[in-house]
Amino acid sequence: MLDASLNSDIQLKLFISLASLLSSGTHMDYTFHWRPVIKALPDLFSAALVTLEAAVLSMLLGIIFGLVLALMRLHGSRPLSLFATVWIELARNTPALLQLFFFGFGLGAFGWHLTPFTIVLCGLAFNNAGYLAENFRGGFQAIPAPQYKAARSLGMSATQTYTRIIIPQVFRLVYYPMTNQMVWAVLMSSLGMLVGFRELSGETQFLASNTFRLFEFFLAAAVFYYLLVKLILLAAHLLSRRLFTY
Amino acid sequence: MIELNSVNKSFGDLQVLKGIDLSVAKGEVLSVIGASGSGKSTMLYCINALEQIQGGSISVDGLDVHAKSTDINKLRQNIGMVFQQWNSFPHLTVLDNVALAPKIVLGKSADEARSIAEKQLQHVDLGDKLDTYPTRMSGGQQQRLAIARALAMEPGYMLFDEVTSALDPELVGEVLDTLRLLREDGMTMIVVTHEINFARDVSDRIAFFHQGVIEELAPAKELVNNPQRQRTQQFLSKVL
Ligand SMILES: Nc1ncnc2c1ncn2[C@@H]1O[C@H](COP(=O)(O)OP(=O)(O)OP(=O)(O)O)[C@@H](O)[C@H]1O
Ligand SMILES: [Mg+2]
Repeated sequence: MLDASLNSDIQLKLFISLASLLSSGTHMDYTFHWRPVIKALPDLFSAALVTLEAAVLSMLLGIIFGLVLALMRLHGSRPLSLFATVWIELARNTPALLQLFFFGFGLGAFGWHLTPFTIVLCGLAFNNAGYLAENFRGGFQAIPAPQYKAARSLGMSATQTYTRIIIPQVFRLVYYPMTNQMVWAVLMSSLGMLVGFRELSGETQFLASNTFRLFEFFLAAAVFYYLLVKLILLAAHLLSRRLFTY
Repeated sequence: MIELNSVNKSFGDLQVLKGIDLSVAKGEVLSVIGASGSGKSTMLYCINALEQIQGGSISVDGLDVHAKSTDINKLRQNIGMVFQQWNSFPHLTVLDNVALAPKIVLGKSADEARSIAEKQLQHVDLGDKLDTYPTRMSGGQQQRLAIARALAMEPGYMLFDEVTSALDPELVGEVLDTLRLLREDGMTMIVVTHEINFARDVSDRIAFFHQGVIEELAPAKELVNNPQRQRTQQFLSKVL
């Protein structure tokens, strides 16, 4: 972090020079023009919402698939466990960009043309599920066996035991890794611009090349991403205080 | 009545129960003692089908526990069980720990489940802890909570698996007292325990387990005061 590694004196100088650079532009050939950015703020804002939407939906799908994958690996038959292992390995050990391209150009080559939004959703959900599955698996293994036995001994079905007893506890154990993955999903969604998705980065790219104000627009986009992530972290923190009262 | 007929149980190559024959009549209290690894817990798990068996049969009230046609969730409602530790559901309040199963298994309304839970918790002296989370309670209180939770299903039988072994010595008494109360209420119980004196005073009979077989089964006082088998004598001389 900036605050941690630089002392305040340096931070101040940096801030001053950056400010003068941005406002006057006298040190370089590049002259800054912020008017186009300001005019486009509503567009950037709605693009940020698209980013958020893609991230949230891909997280929800990622959680559902991640839980299923984790259970397949822990309790599934050999073919199911193998399927889950392959998914998890691919999601965690190949570039997210290639995973996105698979749902875009890969499926496209077989005549399966998804919309940019669907491509990004599938790609992110695939990636999220792979990472979350490993977190969930660790969580399931950390729940003491008598929790499961006690629930079953009360006559609860396996499904009731998982939904009412085991999974709520697992969610608490993996809450922070899950929050990280959510942040990661927001940042990864910027890859969507490469398959024609007009989320925050795609929209920024579009506006920037229309107005030739590349630096200004991408700086503005960076600020949007930063604020979005901070908001998500804050929301996650507040939610955890409500959810985990024990 | 709980009946075991030549029950065999293995984990892979390891045979843990070797032809167990046992019957526990309604109203009886049977204690089970024996060295670590002799198969005591495993037998309890087989009785409510938390573990499968490889040979023989087990029946509860005439119902074959391991038959395909048996509704296992229904059967388990009739057999309460309490474990050595990790019993309480940490994410639920004390009240919800007890009320959950009546609600989702027996289909009671929220109000009914609540009053059942309150009654059972008062019975084990936790009436003032309803809204507490179990993690904020002592080990002894958590064990009493587990007992109340099992009783809320109104089971005909209770299985206890070393419910005092993980407790600090000063907390053992309150849990054993709760078991004594249950005995006075006429509950049918199988109690796996290392508390030999408790077993002698409270149970009708004691079964001594040795390496997967019942080495000796006798009325409680007889088995403790006058054990017939050499292995029983050796075990008792070590633990008493
Ligand atoms: N799930 C399992 N998989 C494999 N082996 C097991 C399993 N559960 C128990 N065993 C083995 O079965 C044997 C009997 O175990 P069990 O827990 O029934 O003994 P116990 O008499 O209850 O001992 P303790 O007094 O230590 O609780 C032990 O050798 C144990 O290692
Ligand atoms: Mg045991």
